[in-house]
Amino acid sequence: MRLLSARLSGRLSAKRRHPLAGVVLLLLGLLVTGGVYASVAPQPAKASSATQEVIEEGRKLFLVGCASCHGSNAQGIETASGNVLGPPLIGVGAAAVDFQVSTGRMPATQTGPQIPRKDPVYTPEQVEALAAYIASLGPGPAIPAEEDYDYSEATEEEVVRGGELWRTNCTACHNFNASGGALPNGKYAPSLEGVDAKFIYEAMLTGPQQMPVFPDDTLHAEDKRQIIAYVKAIDDRPSPGGFSLGSLGPVSEGLFAWVVGIGLLVVAAVWIAVQSVRVKK
Amino acid sequence: MSDEHSELPQPQQRSGDVQPRHREEGYEIAGNLEAMDNPGLPEHEPRPTDVDQGAERRAERQVATLFGVATLLSFGFCVAYFAIPKGALFLGFSAHNFTLGLTLGGALLLIGIGAIQWAKKLMDDHEITEDRHPASSSADDREATVAAFAKGAGDSGIGRRPLIRNSLLGAMGALGLPAIVALRDLGPLPEGKPSETIWRKGMRVVVDVTGEPIRPEDMELGTLVNAEPDILVENAEFDGPDEENLEGHELLAEKAKAAVIMVRMDPRDVTPYEGRENWGVDGILCYSKICTHVGCPISLYEQTTHHLLCPCHQSTFDLADNGEVIFGPAARSLPQLPLAVDDEGYLIAMSDFREPVGPSFWERGGEEDRSV
Repeated sequence: MRLLSARLSGRLSAKRRHPLAGVVLLLLGLLVTGGVYASVAPQPAKASSATQEVIEEGRKLFLVGCASCHGSNAQGIETASGNVLGPPLIGVGAAAVDFQVSTGRMPATQTGPQIPRKDPVYTPEQVEALAAYIASLGPGPAIPAEEDYDYSEATEEEVVRGGELWRTNCTACHNFNASGGALPNGKYAPSLEGVDAKFIYEAMLTGPQQMPVFPDDTLHAEDKRQIIAYVKAIDDRPSPGGFSLGSLGPVSEGLFAWVVGIGLLVVAAVWIAVQSVRVKK
Repeated sequence: MSDEHSELPQPQQRSGDVQPRHREEGYEIAGNLEAMDNPGLPEHEPRPTDVDQGAERRAERQVATLFGVATLLSFGFCVAYFAIPKGALFLGFSAHNFTLGLTLGGALLLIGIGAIQWAKKLMDDHEITEDRHPASSSADDREATVAAFAKGAGDSGIGRRPLIRNSLLGAMGALGLPAIVALRDLGPLPEGKPSETIWRKGMRVVVDVTGEPIRPEDMELGTLVNAEPDILVENAEFDGPDEENLEGHELLAEKAKAAVIMVRMDPRDVTPYEGRENWGVDGILCYSKICTHVGCPISLYEQTTHHLLCPCHQSTFDLADNGEVIFGPAARSLPQLPLAVDDEGYLIAMSDFREPVGPSFWERGGEEDRSV
């Protein structure tokens, strides 16, 4: 400041009685102060404003894509007949949003017994924004950290224990081979073949649709990771016989045996008994 | 046999008459079956191989080729068994399995096809008729048998000597007693075992496999826990008396009976029977995991409807409504385990089940007492 004023002192001194001089000086001071503060301002303040932006971004996406069923404040909507058009989303947490939107289940194209998995509509950044917005409405399970579901280092012992947990908790619906199964009234438990480890974790954590919840307090992150390791081990298992027929057990195998196997036997029996060519003498 | 009836009308001409216009008329024609007697065998016509030497030799070569290829395939099987490495893949299948199946299956199939071809083309194919014989023996044999029996009975004098007859009957009857005594000793009767499980007042409900005890606040709305009593889970902390430490078959039998599922739902959805109002803790309810139909383990739980479905025969139980059967072959509602919270805040059983778990059995008795 002093340098500046020394250089310009000649011209400035001539105008220092000018009526606007005070205003200029004040503006100059503010500008310098603001600039200096901006350069040394603490980071958290900046970060929080960014999250606020993401939440705002998520709210905008929500109002466009989700509010028609879930309500403009995510409070849920009931139809006149008392059915749920879209359940309230306050307190479902970021994990539920990440699961539903990243697997393409949400936004749903139509109502029905069960919302199917499809190609995701939103980009990962948009999903993050939506999740941040829903998480800001009430406390709920957060998106799991990568080390929670990273099964790449699972030992054989852990995979075996995962199998035990899997058979106790999951096979009733998802089948011993994770190939899914039917539920009443048109609902179903989906196949887990090729499903991302993160989504398997989030499904256990949040209990989407008919699935019950397996919270971290009763089934720890470690247990969940072992279950995922087991499911992935099933995925990677070779099928030496060739046709696994969907790994659905006696239903598909029995159907194959009855239709193809017995069908071929019938064809053979007809061929054996058919009258061969005759000639007149 | 066919000559006798050769003047009969042709079947095509008769078929029009057979259609019954009235009931009575239909019976009349059906009763008059004599008119439709056996038309006999059609005239035998030779095959090309019967009249043409060339065709016969061709058929012979065909059959021999099929058998020859079958032989080669059997050799191929032996070669493939040793030559193909175990891990090799072919079209995504294991090359080993694929080749073994193809060669062995092919060999069997070609032998079969060759045999049929042989029979159809080359073996004698004149149709023959064999009449059935009556099932009973001849009149002479029957008379002789009856006479022999009567003579034997007369010689033994069993009709004249009631003392011998009655004492023999008594001896034969007494032979049954050793059998009854020995079979009765095959094993102890189950007594009350089917009617009770190992659950006792104060036993903690722990997560199966991990042995983790559960606080009510651990269970979010919609949570499902597959659980066991703490003394039956290896990893659970339990310092009870030693005689409770079961092993082997007894441990498995007790685990199978004591398995439970614990769910949390909105307390407003629960409609307990009279006397069961305090069996749950803030909407946390605990039921036997064993289906009351034939004893399958059930944990197919729909959190939005509170229905529990048995995967074996689709029996469906409403857990919000005291485990009542709402669908399927199960005849009894699912037994409920009364819950409470201990001093340290963990979920415990208030008592054993108030009724036998699992499928019905003879001594189980009638309708359970719902009011408890």
